[in-house]
Amino acid sequence: MIELTDVHKSFGPKKVLAGVNLTIPRGESMVVIGGSGTGKSVLLKCILGLMTQDSGTITLDGEDTLRAERDAFLARFGMLFQGGALFDSLPVWQNVAFRLLRGSLARPWPEAREIAVEKLRRVGLTADVADLFPAELSGGMQKRVGLARAIAAEPEIIFFDEPTTGLDPIMSGVINDLIREIVVEMGATAMTITHDMSSVRVIADKVAMIHGGKVQWTGPVADMDASGDPYLTQFISGSAEGPIEAVR
Amino acid sequence: MKPLTSPLAALGRATLGFLAMVGRVAIFAGQSLSHIFRPPFYPRELLNALLNIGYFSLPVVGLTAIFTGAALALQIYSGGQRFSAEAVVPQIVAIGMVRELGPVLVGLMIAARVTSSIAAEIATMKVTEQIDALVTLSTHPMKYLTAPRVLAAILVVPALVGIGDIIGIMGGYIVGTKQLGFAPGAYINNTWNFLETADIVSSLVKGAVFGFIAAVMGCYHGMNSGRGAQGVGRATKTSVEAAAILILAANFLLTSFFFTS
Ligand SMILES: Nc1ncnc2c1ncn2[C@@H]1O[C@H](COP(=O)(O)OP(=O)(O)OP(=O)(O)O)[C@@H](O)[C@H]1O
Ligand SMILES: [Mg+2]
Repeated sequence: MIELTDVHKSFGPKKVLAGVNLTIPRGESMVVIGGSGTGKSVLLKCILGLMTQDSGTITLDGEDTLRAERDAFLARFGMLFQGGALFDSLPVWQNVAFRLLRGSLARPWPEAREIAVEKLRRVGLTADVADLFPAELSGGMQKRVGLARAIAAEPEIIFFDEPTTGLDPIMSGVINDLIREIVVEMGATAMTITHDMSSVRVIADKVAMIHGGKVQWTGPVADMDASGDPYLTQFISGSAEGPIEAVR
Repeated sequence: MKPLTSPLAALGRATLGFLAMVGRVAIFAGQSLSHIFRPPFYPRELLNALLNIGYFSLPVVGLTAIFTGAALALQIYSGGQRFSAEAVVPQIVAIGMVRELGPVLVGLMIAARVTSSIAAEIATMKVTEQIDALVTLSTHPMKYLTAPRVLAAILVVPALVGIGDIIGIMGGYIVGTKQLGFAPGAYINNTWNFLETADIVSSLVKGAVFGFIAAVMGCYHGMNSGRGAQGVGRATKTSVEAAAILILAANFLLTSFFFTS
């Protein structure tokens, strides 16, 4: 279980997170929505310790993430970065199998490669992509390689930062189903950021909407449409009219 | 604003900022060294770094050394003629190359070739979140990126300096025998008999120190790069400037350590 209590984070004078409270129960799929630039990616990075919050606490299974033993802590996580963040000096399969080629999870190269190819297949990429370099792939393909890398070592907690942006509708559907499957079959805890409301309905157990540096609304996905929250309602309908200002 | 004190304050701020930077670089250098000795180790990365820093620098080092040795021979000959000392060409070329020009020129070439590429590569990785990705994949960036490069540079730059020394002396030899009328056998004998162990040791030690400086500067400025393409550009530029200046300063210190007693 991940628990955030009153988390604040600013960059210079700019307040990005201003008191976020959020609980992600073990084995559930939480989807985070919210306008562009509201700090969703920053939130994930704070949980992972890639950034340190200015104040407030983040705990994983009751243990403060800032005090946790880093290696053991990170070994439980997989992360898909918004920009893919593939290692451009390594071929695709070594990106996917990165964790399986070194460190505590290391295994023989042929076996690691086999797992990598299998994970690539699950994100809709064929085996001939395995030996290409990231720069030789399209944006959507890079995203899926990043996704394959995030799930390769079968971590118990997985963060997906916009897994379906840049994908065609069919491939988006495949990825949504994959994420759902990972949660249901592997029992993983997932936290997904997305702007795509149809993804939300497939992936989410719970939804949290970030607005103005705080969690504006959170609850089960089934309650989302009848929430009565004007911010959430406007966000779902994608209307320019409402409490969220769309600067033009 | 107090017009009289503000220049002083600015000077003070700049000095403090500079000292803080020196401190950060020193801590980074110390950490890089300590990570070399603590597992996990990444042999593949080390091998890559050895090839990139050592093997692929050979052409640049060879060409730099041969032209410098040749020019040195010409200069000493024409300068020596003024007081009928043109016979010392072999000895002075040997000492000049081995003690000073070999290590310094190789060091500067490594700063240009290797520091810049390390800084640009690591800065790009930082800007595109690849460093963050490394961390989430339970890999320490200092161990995976910095340690192999720094170790490779410490190991391989002395070898490059040794090769540069030899090729530089050869450049002098070619000009000396083909153009200035020295006897080939005597030229080699004069060179070899004149050089002392301390000359060669100082040359190789300088190589190791310069290699360390070049790699650490590349890694430090890469890891601390700003955002975007501009950040990468600035990190690369600063790393080469810093490496070149530190190499020249270290050269002065090492020369005074080895040759003043
Ligand atoms: N390293 C950083 N330094 C300075 N400002 C930052 C940094 N990272 C993020 N920000 C700022 O924090 C704010 C939130 O960024 P974040 O990337 O979390 O947005 P987001 O909610 O993920 O948006 P999007 O949906 O467009 O990805 C932005 O205004 C951004 O300018
Ligand atoms: Mg984002």
